[in-house]
Amino acid sequence: MTANSFKARHAMGKRVVGQALVAHDGFSARYDLNRLQGVFSRPAHKLVGQSYVDRILVLDTAKGGVATAWMLHEMRSRNMVPSAIVFNTVNTILAQGAALGDVSMLAGFDTDITAAIPDGAMVEVDPENLTIRVLDPSEYLSGAGLSTETSKVHGPR
Amino acid sequence: MKLNEEETAMLAGEFGQVVKLAIEHQIKVGRFFHATDFVPVTQAHIMADTESLGQAGVMWLEKLADAGEGGVRIPTITDPRGTDFEHASMLGQADWMLELERRAIDAFVRLGVSMTDTCINYQTVLAATRGEHVAFGDTGVVIYSNSVGGARSNFEGGPSALAAGITGRTPRYGYHLDSHRQATLRIRAEWTPRTLDEWGAFGGIVGRLAGNYWEVPLIESLDRAPTSDELKHFGAAMASFGSTALFHMLGITPEAQRLADVGADKLAVSHRIGEADVEALKRSYAVDPSVDVVVFSAPQLSIYELRELAALCAGKTFKRPLLAVTSPQVKPDCDRFGYTRSIEEAGGTVMAGMCFYQSYAREMSEAKGWKRLATNSAKLVNILGGYGYVPMLASMRACVQAAETGELR
Repeated sequence: MTANSFKARHAMGKRVVGQALVAHDGFSARYDLNRLQGVFSRPAHKLVGQSYVDRILVLDTAKGGVATAWMLHEMRSRNMVPSAIVFNTVNTILAQGAALGDVSMLAGFDTDITAAIPDGAMVEVDPENLTIRVLDPSEYLSGAGLSTETSKVHGPR
Repeated sequence: MKLNEEETAMLAGEFGQVVKLAIEHQIKVGRFFHATDFVPVTQAHIMADTESLGQAGVMWLEKLADAGEGGVRIPTITDPRGTDFEHASMLGQADWMLELERRAIDAFVRLGVSMTDTCINYQTVLAATRGEHVAFGDTGVVIYSNSVGGARSNFEGGPSALAAGITGRTPRYGYHLDSHRQATLRIRAEWTPRTLDEWGAFGGIVGRLAGNYWEVPLIESLDRAPTSDELKHFGAAMASFGSTALFHMLGITPEAQRLADVGADKLAVSHRIGEADVEALKRSYAVDPSVDVVVFSAPQLSIYELRELAALCAGKTFKRPLLAVTSPQVKPDCDRFGYTRSIEEAGGTVMAGMCFYQSYAREMSEAKGWKRLATNSAKLVNILGGYGYVPMLASMRACVQAAETGELR
């Protein structure tokens, strides 16, 4: 781990780059989202009203029921899905859903990852190396070091 | 993961492409959680309402069924569906929803899945026993089976539960392992709930305190053993608020006859929960006395809950819709015993095989103008906020009065 890079204990999926959407709050596709509009909809959620589409979600923990295991797959089919999800603590459902929905995922850090990653930062999620890394602007503005096959870059919205 | 000879053959496609797909999915999940091998399971339970599945999920199921390679190899059953076809128009459900449901059901049947459509299979179908490894979906089913029955299951989402049904096994991680079943926090009950909504609220508070899937609360000092229905609401709410999959009750649940049995003798009491905490949780949802609809669901009602509800409904006339949802296994008894008639003569409706929040809740709200909802299910109030409802938690008696008067007092 470095000042800008954090190592997870659990990882799945492909390397992606994108803008982080960060909150110390939970996540359940059924409980928290309006999946038709692609926004957080649960009134008490810290990200209520914000779009999760193509963002790298950095959240505290997986919450709620089993529906998310299907819902990530359904969201993927409409291209209304986060590009990766990063948790302090994951549950089995989110991992199963990520496996079916082909969503990159990291979980289990030695630090509170929601405090370590600034909201809105451009980050790289690299499951093969179990890392999430905050990018320097020179990296994503130039595209240096990013594989065109596996990376998606989305600017601030 | 270490694979035995049969699993290696499954992965190589020797049992067909559906089995190969299933075990590939399981290996992906197993590796994520560092599972070292598979454990055989005896039952699977699949959550697969079509609001969750969407078109994409139904097509995925149809692809598996169309392969014509057979289906599940162990008893595999289903969680509630997204509708009760008999009452779909009353719920404002559109034809496309029903068509999607029919396609999903057809695919499941072709895969050999038994359409039990219930989230209370531990009360109505076949309760898992202590030490039995199973692959159950529906968080309420898992937490009840793990905690009350002493069975061993993780939360298995629909795709993973179906995969377990097809392969007859699941990756050995989480609550299949002794090491994860020890208590991690110790909670003292300073008061014992009386009504189902109070048991649910109590469970919700424990879930919030637990906070994530891997925490295992031990609750002590309850002054009596709860009934199955009380444990049902307690566990379902805990799982909903906290994503909790296992709890122990000292001297009550099978794995915690003594504190030391689950390592709780090494834990200090970290939280105390009393009546004021339960009342505070209920008050936090009580934002508007007016009620558009009253719902008893999540989990589906047992025959004794329906008996109590029928007694409360007798002789009343409702101003607001009252929906009571049970399982297809319980509904015939509800009819035979006259409970359905008592509830429906008052203006209520008894439905079977669905669950309110799994039945296109957002679309129902828009079609029917239902927003302010009263229920005795703490699980339901926790879920429905995200669907645009203003859910309120009250006793069954207060909810029935709300249906009669239009106001929750």
